[in-house]
Amino acid sequence: MTCTEFIAMLDDLIDDSVSTRMRADLQEHLRGCEHCEVTLNTTRKTIEIYRSHEIYDLPPDLRERLHSAIMARCKKGC
Amino acid sequence: MSTIQPIAGQNEQHPDVALVERARAGDVSAYDELVRKYDRQVFRIAQHITQNREDAEDVMQDAFLKAYEKLDQFQGNSKFYTWLVRIAVNESLMRLRKRRTGRMVSIDEDIETEEGSVPRDLADWAPDPEQNYSQAELAEILRKTIQGLPRGFRIVFVLRDVEGLSTEETAETLGLSVPAVKSRLLRARLQLRERLTRYFRRKNGAKATGVEK
Repeated sequence: MTCTEFIAMLDDLIDDSVSTRMRADLQEHLRGCEHCEVTLNTTRKTIEIYRSHEIYDLPPDLRERLHSAIMARCKKGC
Repeated sequence: MSTIQPIAGQNEQHPDVALVERARAGDVSAYDELVRKYDRQVFRIAQHITQNREDAEDVMQDAFLKAYEKLDQFQGNSKFYTWLVRIAVNESLMRLRKRRTGRMVSIDEDIETEEGSVPRDLADWAPDPEQNYSQAELAEILRKTIQGLPRGFRIVFVLRDVEGLSTEETAETLGLSVPAVKSRLLRARLQLRERLTRYFRRKNGAKATGVEK
């Protein structure tokens, strides 16, 4: 397996949607390729870091203000 | 004697369905509950697409009002959340269009120029790289990095990886094919990884073997 072939399967590997056979092939490639191992690990970390950090927070006062505005108009039938 | 247990997931109704039913029947408090459940997500998605705080506030209000007006059209064969996200994406794109005085805005913008191969910076990251930054610094890095992605990649990454929609739901929401979503997701993930490497690389003398953009 080449690095390009490995990268093409990267998402399926990360999302755990590869066959047992394919997983074995990918792992075999990883054993001999430090670059792809780094790419896999840091891509996983990229997803995790975006999932676990709130970068667009909705502050409580703004949330309440928007919420009140929405519900006031819904009550009037929009 | 063993009893027959119902199989989990079968005939199980999503709690949103009951709330939607009540809201349709005129119970505003049920809709209030739906708004509180999903307002953060809608705000976040609007921010990611419009990249503007005031626009995101307007989009959030417009999306929830539009969803309320259209509740009768909600089929129930898709999740309420996915349906709401689709409205929020459309409202966000409309907002951008207004800001650009009528110029067409689509999720495909900037994609054409990005079809080349993604460069790979092969430097490894420091262990727990986020520990090297304060929460505010980290949020700024993450914002700046994702804002640099073409919109069509950014939306796919946000819906699929941040908001947790499935590939199929993301495709349905954006009106894209499943292979198109998969291709954009891979490119989005690789580009973000590449850009974050600038901040998170291992510092102790390890040299990058790739070429930075």
